[in-house]
Amino acid sequence: MTRRDTHPEVAEGAVLSPPFRTIGGKGGAPSARRARATTSLALLAGALLVAALWTGRTVQAGEELRLVESTAYASPLELLFSPDGARLYVLCQGSDEIRVLDAASYSVLRRIAVGHVPRGFSLSPDGARLFVTNSWDDTLSVIDTKLLAVVATWPVGAEPSSVVGDHAGKRLFVANRISNDVAVLDAGTGTEEKRLLGGRGASYLALSPDGARLYATHVYPNASPYRTAPESEITVIDAARAVVVDRILLHGAAGVFHAAFSADGRLGAVAEYHPKNLVTLAHLEHGGAFEDTITVFGADLGRTVEVPLDELERYASQPFGVAIAPDKSRIYVSSGGSAMVTVIDVPRLLRFIRAHPAPFVTDLSASANYVVARIAVGLNPRGLTLSPDGRRLLVANRLDDTISVIDTRSNRVAATVKLDGPKTVSALRHGEQTFYTARYSFQGQIGCANCHIDSTFDGLQWNLEPDGFGRNIVDNKLIEGIKGTQPYKWTGTNANIPTECGPRTEKYFWRSEQYDDLTLADLTLYIRSLDPRPNRWKLPGYEMTPAQERGKAIFERGVDKFKRPIAESNRCVSCHSGPKGTNQKLSDVGTKKALDNPGFFKAAPLTDIALTAPYLHDGSAATLEEIWTVYNPQDRHGRTNDLTKDELNDLIEYLRTR
Amino acid sequence: MKKFRTIAMLLSAAIVLLRTVAASPETPQMPIFRFENFTTANGLPNNHVFAVLVDGDRVWAGTEDGLALYENHAWKTYTTKDGLAHRAVLSLALDKRTGDLWAGTMGGLSRISGGRIDSYTQLNSGLSNDVVYGLSVEGENVWIATAAGGCRLNLHTGAWSLYNERNTPMVEIWTYAVSATPTKVYYAIWGSGLLEYDQKTGRWDKYDDPDGENEMVLFKDQGLIHEIVTSVSYVDNIVWAATYFGASRYDGRYWHNFLTKDSGLPSNFINQVKGVDATRAWFSTDKGLAYYDGANWAVYCPSLQDGKPEMTVRDVEGRVAAIPVTTAPAHNYVLGIDFDGNDIWVATAKGLSHGIRQHP
Repeated sequence: MTRRDTHPEVAEGAVLSPPFRTIGGKGGAPSARRARATTSLALLAGALLVAALWTGRTVQAGEELRLVESTAYASPLELLFSPDGARLYVLCQGSDEIRVLDAASYSVLRRIAVGHVPRGFSLSPDGARLFVTNSWDDTLSVIDTKLLAVVATWPVGAEPSSVVGDHAGKRLFVANRISNDVAVLDAGTGTEEKRLLGGRGASYLALSPDGARLYATHVYPNASPYRTAPESEITVIDAARAVVVDRILLHGAAGVFHAAFSADGRLGAVAEYHPKNLVTLAHLEHGGAFEDTITVFGADLGRTVEVPLDELERYASQPFGVAIAPDKSRIYVSSGGSAMVTVIDVPRLLRFIRAHPAPFVTDLSASANYVVARIAVGLNPRGLTLSPDGRRLLVANRLDDTISVIDTRSNRVAATVKLDGPKTVSALRHGEQTFYTARYSFQGQIGCANCHIDSTFDGLQWNLEPDGFGRNIVDNKLIEGIKGTQPYKWTGTNANIPTECGPRTEKYFWRSEQYDDLTLADLTLYIRSLDPRPNRWKLPGYEMTPAQERGKAIFERGVDKFKRPIAESNRCVSCHSGPKGTNQKLSDVGTKKALDNPGFFKAAPLTDIALTAPYLHDGSAATLEEIWTVYNPQDRHGRTNDLTKDELNDLIEYLRTR
Repeated sequence: MKKFRTIAMLLSAAIVLLRTVAASPETPQMPIFRFENFTTANGLPNNHVFAVLVDGDRVWAGTEDGLALYENHAWKTYTTKDGLAHRAVLSLALDKRTGDLWAGTMGGLSRISGGRIDSYTQLNSGLSNDVVYGLSVEGENVWIATAAGGCRLNLHTGAWSLYNERNTPMVEIWTYAVSATPTKVYYAIWGSGLLEYDQKTGRWDKYDDPDGENEMVLFKDQGLIHEIVTSVSYVDNIVWAATYFGASRYDGRYWHNFLTKDSGLPSNFINQVKGVDATRAWFSTDKGLAYYDGANWAVYCPSLQDGKPEMTVRDVEGRVAAIPVTTAPAHNYVLGIDFDGNDIWVATAKGLSHGIRQHP
């Protein structure tokens, strides 16, 4: 299939515009990006006009102007109805805005600019205020829903990803992905009261219908012993006391997204990935990479039960959004990699669970007992919302800028709402679509984003077939900022991204369709465009704390504490050189394990190193400290054994700024 | 010197005994408790209880064999299998904002939050040493006393700051206890006096025994009673300090020291002091639990002679009266105390005691 087939709106002969916006938020506020894009606007408008004429589509009066104004893809991520059902709020992550639509006609009432890379939103109990988390700004936008304008912007924690208020309207809870916690704010002033310890990658929040409990889910698994199955948690918070009262463990889950509750509060569900990273990734034909599941819990069950969504040849890759019908008859789950919404019949599911007390998560025949429909929607469907009467299910299709409107009685897409934005699919956009889709893998099981959640990493270690079954356990790495850090793989065997993501991935991961040249080029372009997120340990203005200054001196030193010179090859700064902290060469730093073939590994880039535990090529070092306190007894991974504990802490404080 | 000290202690004990009389209407009204004791016989994992902490309806006990939780009249024990850093739990501190419990052990520091235990060691984190004697939570910081200096973990940034002989005035680095407030932080240092950190200025100050390491008290109220400081409690701008050779109270200007010979302390060997406010404090000694109300003293223990429950009250004039009681803490070797409304919980070397307030 060619790119043209995938996106018929891209007219032949139309000029594929250059990336309007660097995915991953390169530089500055939306206004700055708009300014940079100004020079492209005239060309863009012309190209769109040509495209429209070529396809025979009529450009309405005024539409041209709107097109010219839209320089970024909307990338709708989340949806929300107003309490009266009259309005639809659309969180547009790509254009850094909230769009307010008429919920009947879907016409745009207002576009409200918010902070950078908004990720989550919710309404106050009275519907008067809309709170939006801006994940790369570390701010919360407060929108007055009468004025339809931002009335306050509050600083919050590191990478705020969702926000929910209590029923009393007194407190807000904000899930911070990087600081792994849930902040408790005064809903009137935004003043932070405290932070509650969450799991790793705290991202999504759901309040129980009675307002008593708040449930937080996490996109990364908690730390667990080396080479054991991942374990995630749902953090349960007493909303009145604002303390953590329980942690529901999700064994085997790594990557947990939205949670939803039935109206009676007796049934909860979360969408999650269930990776199979302890076995060699060589059995995709046996469903051997991921289970796509939800976990259901609550009084209706009295326990947690992991429920597979997949069936043979029909995988629900990258489950993300969950909604439960008001009458508790259906659970709806969006699957970002499969461009699909799965519909589960709740009574049938509960009957099946009661009849099968043993775990059935690996049973690909199970879902036939409770999945009643699989509805194709747009690309990379994410957030779901049901209309108050439950008759419409709306789905935000992030990567084709549409909203699918599903008639819940017929389980069919009744309408597709196209959001305003660029009408062409740029090479960069196509690369992003390729990154998230599961369509290239055998039976559509997995995509790049399965292991690189939201284009980052997954915190897991994998065993890949080319190195030999059971050999060369490798830690999955952050891909932000990897441009220019070739060769790739820990053993440096892939000279460039097209090799890494092309033949290698196709042969050993997808085991199915190959990318055509253009698709691979676009995917490469997308991956190269992924800039690092803002480093939260850096002080403004490149200043350093005293500890960071001391650590930097240790990082760069050429003489140890006994005045003995440190060989150039054994200085931190030698191998971790340059702006990304790698000399791109292989070294033997004494970390070879019995299962490793070679003992030479590429100097890992230091980009946002604080976020990406565990460490070393195989993930055996649980923390940065363990790299030196446990795995460097002979000083081969840099001269460090002369350091005191506080000096090692200083070194780590500096590394965290990279 | 040792013989001299023993003779002195025996003499003072004899004097106390001679002066002990039955309670009279003039005897000060001091708290009377009925003690219920917990041992391995009724659910405690080990009788060596190093620390106790009350959190609402829950009571945590740090024992030699795990962290025990008493809730709904039943004990549950957390061990290394649950993620606890080490089986021997030496110290406890509660983050009152979040409800998280911090446990200092012989093998690292553990955080118990919503049933999950995360542990920090000198190998996997910035913790300076695995032997964690003392803890205190203040705002977003956890202050830690270890066998190799003090630490501060900032819960927002994850940054560890270490305090030792290289960046503070401490001479010894064997820190035994820490008491942190938004204004001041105090470290009790075994052999190096009392260390004070000013949160506003970031400056350290040090309080020493003016007699140096001389075990004779030459200048009684002119400074800290002894260099071997085992515990500190900073309440209402008052420093209460315990040593193995007496106790001290410091109001920022004047010191007042307490010794067995001129106070109601049953022993100068004090494991813990816990201030109630500026005038009242509890002392955990090797010869019983002592309470000071600013003038009078009460001591609770099983008799050192026959093990029978015993309570004595010493008034401001030094008159000692025996109060008839039928229960006492589980053992005279007391390691810690915490408050539960009017009740108290007492950690001893042979069990945990719940003191249920009877009178007044």
